[in-house]
Amino acid sequence: MRLKLVPEKTSFDFFSSWKLWMGFSALLMVLSVVSFFAQGLNFGIDFRGGTTVRTESSQAIDIATYRGAMEPLELGDISITEVFDPNFEADEHVAMIRIQAQADGEAISGETIEALQAALDVIAPGIKFVSVESVGPKVSGELVQTAVLAVVLAISAVLVYIWLRFEWQFALGAVAALVHDVLLTIGVFAAVQIKFDLAIIAALLTIVGYSLNDTVVVFDRVRENLRKFKKLSLAEVLNLSINQTLSRTVMTSVTTLIALVSLFVLGGDVIRGFVFAMIWGVIVGTYSSVFVASTILLKLGVKRDWSKQANTTGNQFSNIDA
Amino acid sequence: MLQIDLWKRVLIWLVCVTGLIMALPNAFYTRVEQSNDAVIEIIAKGETPERLEVVEQWPSWMPSSLVNLGLDLRGGAHLLAEVKVADVYAARMDAMWPEVRDALRPERATVGTFRRQPGPDGQIRLKISKPEGMSRALELVRGLATPVTSLTGVGATDIEVSAEGDILTVQLSDAEKLSSDDRTVRQSLEIIRRRIDEVGTREPTIQRQGVDRILIQVPGIGSASELKKIIGTTAQLTFSPVVGRGSDGDAAPGVGNEIIPSLDEPGVFFTIESAPVVTGEDLVDAQPAFDQNGRPSVSFRFNTSGARRFGDYTAENIGSPFAIVLDDEVVSAPVIQSHIPGGSGIITGNFTIEESTNLAVLLRAGALPAGLEFLEERTIGPELGQDSIDAGKIATIVAFGGVLVFMVLSYGLFGIFANVALILNIALIFGMLSLIGGTLTLPGIAGIVLTVGMAVDANVLVFERIREELKAGRGPARAIEEGYSKALSAILDANVTTFITAVILFAMGSGPVRGFAITLGLGIMTSVFTAIFVTRVMIVMWFERRRPKTIEV
Repeated sequence: MRLKLVPEKTSFDFFSSWKLWMGFSALLMVLSVVSFFAQGLNFGIDFRGGTTVRTESSQAIDIATYRGAMEPLELGDISITEVFDPNFEADEHVAMIRIQAQADGEAISGETIEALQAALDVIAPGIKFVSVESVGPKVSGELVQTAVLAVVLAISAVLVYIWLRFEWQFALGAVAALVHDVLLTIGVFAAVQIKFDLAIIAALLTIVGYSLNDTVVVFDRVRENLRKFKKLSLAEVLNLSINQTLSRTVMTSVTTLIALVSLFVLGGDVIRGFVFAMIWGVIVGTYSSVFVASTILLKLGVKRDWSKQANTTGNQFSNIDA
Repeated sequence: MLQIDLWKRVLIWLVCVTGLIMALPNAFYTRVEQSNDAVIEIIAKGETPERLEVVEQWPSWMPSSLVNLGLDLRGGAHLLAEVKVADVYAARMDAMWPEVRDALRPERATVGTFRRQPGPDGQIRLKISKPEGMSRALELVRGLATPVTSLTGVGATDIEVSAEGDILTVQLSDAEKLSSDDRTVRQSLEIIRRRIDEVGTREPTIQRQGVDRILIQVPGIGSASELKKIIGTTAQLTFSPVVGRGSDGDAAPGVGNEIIPSLDEPGVFFTIESAPVVTGEDLVDAQPAFDQNGRPSVSFRFNTSGARRFGDYTAENIGSPFAIVLDDEVVSAPVIQSHIPGGSGIITGNFTIEESTNLAVLLRAGALPAGLEFLEERTIGPELGQDSIDAGKIATIVAFGGVLVFMVLSYGLFGIFANVALILNIALIFGMLSLIGGTLTLPGIAGIVLTVGMAVDANVLVFERIREELKAGRGPARAIEEGYSKALSAILDANVTTFITAVILFAMGSGPVRGFAITLGLGIMTSVFTAIFVTRVMIVMWFERRRPKTIEV
């Protein structure tokens, strides 16, 4: 007996209410943009400079006391958050302290850190600084540029690749799905105010890769079916292709989610934001490859007068035998 | 029909076995690491029975390359420093001033008297009293120029001399600035490397980044400030003539002079000439020592040219004080008692034994040619790193178990084939990482976990395709064959696109992000390999043995 998440044969009509899905996606995208501009992202020190200190002590953490102890140091804007994780021991209390970037382009000085530790040691004897990270504003500006460039480069490289392997309509459909995923991910980070740092950019690019993976598998089948069923309308071919690949789409999403959820729960708090972005991205990416990419493709239309030699282009790798 | 040539089967299994063997040392990480360290120690310090015993913890015929653990896993310090290359321009000009003076002095009749004017750093501004002699002055100063030896600056000289009215300006030419910047950064890199090596930490990463930046990563060190102390931000040693001594730090020093405080006498300031007699660059050795009163001190020795200059200066200036300046503070300002010919001497001050030892180390490693500005610094405690490793291990095992069970439930026997491929996959990633000396970071572990989830994708594509072919009424052998050939284009297109993003991440990212890109990229390669070769060989071998009439996928 096999575990089947998707019935043997499905024939869902994915386009009967396409206006609803596109409207839903459009609404989410607008909300993301609004949230991005209204609240902004909770940028980590990678992007806006400053210092984060991770402290560990055996006493329970009272944020007001911590703040009071740091007040005399005049470090400017400080935020303190307590960190919780199932992996922590009972008397292990961890806090993240973030200090704004100090003037003059440099990272924080060693004396400031020592002063900070001395000040906190008074209220929480034996407090340890398990990590201190400091980025000067000079570098953070460059990191923002590089990050934006990386995302734009990745999307355009992919656009070109799909264009070469498929038709331009496919490329546009895939890229629309990617932009959708990236926007929604940024939107959720703005809405929930999770720390947005360099690792999240890596997660964004992985989402781009994953969502694309899904889209390409569907499109590959569309390309094949377009040749096979010349009589069917484009909408029918798309529906057929999505239904045929549905089982695989769900299977891969589930295995990936199994892995990511175990990392989210057990992998420690340091990478939790990163893993959260990827879980969200897998869900959104799976949705978008079915509902966004294909709908765009349907609306753009595909030329179907494939020339004769085109019969082999779909399988141009299939001559490789192993 | 299902057929795979024997040589291909052998090759596929050979790759898998090689990967497994390469990955094996990582399963015994500490033991192999200790053994590797002992091998290095034996080469450096000679053989001892204890060291040999440690070496034998790991058989020498086994591969011993390990995956490097990134700073976020091992703990340590990370610094990104910018070399202030412009510092050197000012020093160069100050050093040139005596030369210019000596060149113009014999021609006083033509150029008249001249004085150095205050000007921006990196320039000599000279006022001459007879502007009509300017062309002669220009000629003389230009005569001091030397050609620049660089690729871009062919035919260029190192200085640019210009005149405006009665002011003559000397500064470094653009070509010389370029080559000077490059020299400065390379020199700084070398000095930082030597200083860190002196302390003897393991596997430091010290590399140049961009034009004027240096990235320093030292695993196992307590904090970034400790690392900064070792690098000794600006341990610059000079021996300078003393013009005067006073208690006012804000007094006008006069052109070509500067006022600096005393290291151990608060409120005491010395006026010294900006152009030093000898600098730390001429130092060949420095050792902690004790002076005649038994106080800790540092003895030093100059190279020949330094010794000559120091000898000449002491011979000419017996009775006048000179200053030993370290990091813009006067360590001591003894009066020259006699001519010191041999080029060696002793620095005394209020040192503790530890301070004198540190000072000797700093002096021996040489002075940094320019100041450093720290743009980024990170300290990760070893406990946090160990916590991350432990959490990562548990998460990977659970992720692994979950996916294995899920695959068997969904695909039965074929799921087991996919699982064997998945295990091989992880081994291959570790094998490749060890082979290329890649670094495993915390996001890198996330990359591996993600690969665990995504690696089954290629197999899922094939299995789903086989199911479809079976449904379409094909025989088992035909269905397997078709399943593989039809799924291939989807597998390749899907993975090439993900691989493109991994490459971009690797090129644009730094540190931990790069670690993620490496494991993701390797994971894509190994998962495609295992899916289209390894599971296929397994299925074919199983099929040949059993010859089943029907198969269920």
